[in-house]
Amino acid sequence: MSWRDKLAGEIDDPMVAGALENFKASVDAWSEAAYNRPRTVVTTARHNWRLAASWALGCMLAAGSLAGGLYERHHRQEQARIAALKAAEQKAALVHAAPEKPVKATIVSKRQPTAVKRAASENEDLLATVDSDVSRQVPAAMEPLAQMMDSNGTN
Amino acid sequence: MRTSTKVMAAGTAVKPMTAQAAEEIAAQDFASIVESHRPQIFRFLLASLRDVDLAETLTQECFLKAHRNWKHFRGDSSAMTWLMRIAINLQKDHWRNRRLQFWRHTQANAIGVDEASDWLPNGERSAEQQILAREQVAQVWKAVEGLSARQRTVFLLRYVEDRELSEIAKATGLSEGTVKAHLSRALARVRAELRGTR
Repeated sequence: MSWRDKLAGEIDDPMVAGALENFKASVDAWSEAAYNRPRTVVTTARHNWRLAASWALGCMLAAGSLAGGLYERHHRQEQARIAALKAAEQKAALVHAAPEKPVKATIVSKRQPTAVKRAASENEDLLATVDSDVSRQVPAAMEPLAQMMDSNGTN
Repeated sequence: MRTSTKVMAAGTAVKPMTAQAAEEIAAQDFASIVESHRPQIFRFLLASLRDVDLAETLTQECFLKAHRNWKHFRGDSSAMTWLMRIAINLQKDHWRNRRLQFWRHTQANAIGVDEASDWLPNGERSAEQQILAREQVAQVWKAVEGLSARQRTVFLLRYVEDRELSEIAKATGLSEGTVKAHLSRALARVRAELRGTR
């Protein structure tokens, strides 16, 4: 049974049957022409630079975010170190300012040995200078005696 | 003792097929299947997508998939029906992926209805008949464009690929009743388009 007879048996409307017949013939012709057309090879070189650029951009972004993270981490560590030093200095100053609590001072010195020791020695030097300055300041009434003592000491 | 030797000799005469020989035969079978069915699969995909490049790509994918699964093909249906089923699934996957990747710059190579209807064999028609036939083809394309994916598949398998209802049902995984219903709706749409009542 031909296609036309088949359609006629299935579709009673001759106009629809004719249209479908034409439609099939059209699709057949188009498909045959497209199927047998000469093929051209399209190289993908055009897309290679895009791929390379996207990879480069991706790598740059990854490296940038990594460097940023590392810098942030380093910055935080540095800040924490400075804060610890400051805290130690403050504690040491407190210890010297309140000598009635020597126990605390020893605890602090054990916790942060170098910084505390350094701060303590600086403070001791400062206090010694102040003491000597204070000890040299005598009341006006005692001035002649003091001068005598000085001249004795130097001579 | 002699008898058994004879039996063995007879047994060796009917040489069992080696795995390599079976593979060679299967490869030859598949090559002949590709040769005979490739144009039809391509035609179906072209009519469904109206995109020559895409139809070519999906045809290749269809046969690649078929080749990978060739040893699992049991022959329950014809090779053509099996291939059609693969092609339909590939087409579905394509649309699904395209919907999901809507942000991508996809090249829309699908040609318009008017351009598709330009293809018509001259035959022995007069110029007037040619124009009339082209108009009809354009109207059918327009109607096909308005069909749902399932209706379009069923319509094209029936009226372009000339497949029987049972084959269409197997290829689409629908029942024959559903296929009939889809065909009826598709035809009604084509009829309405041709009569200009839409």
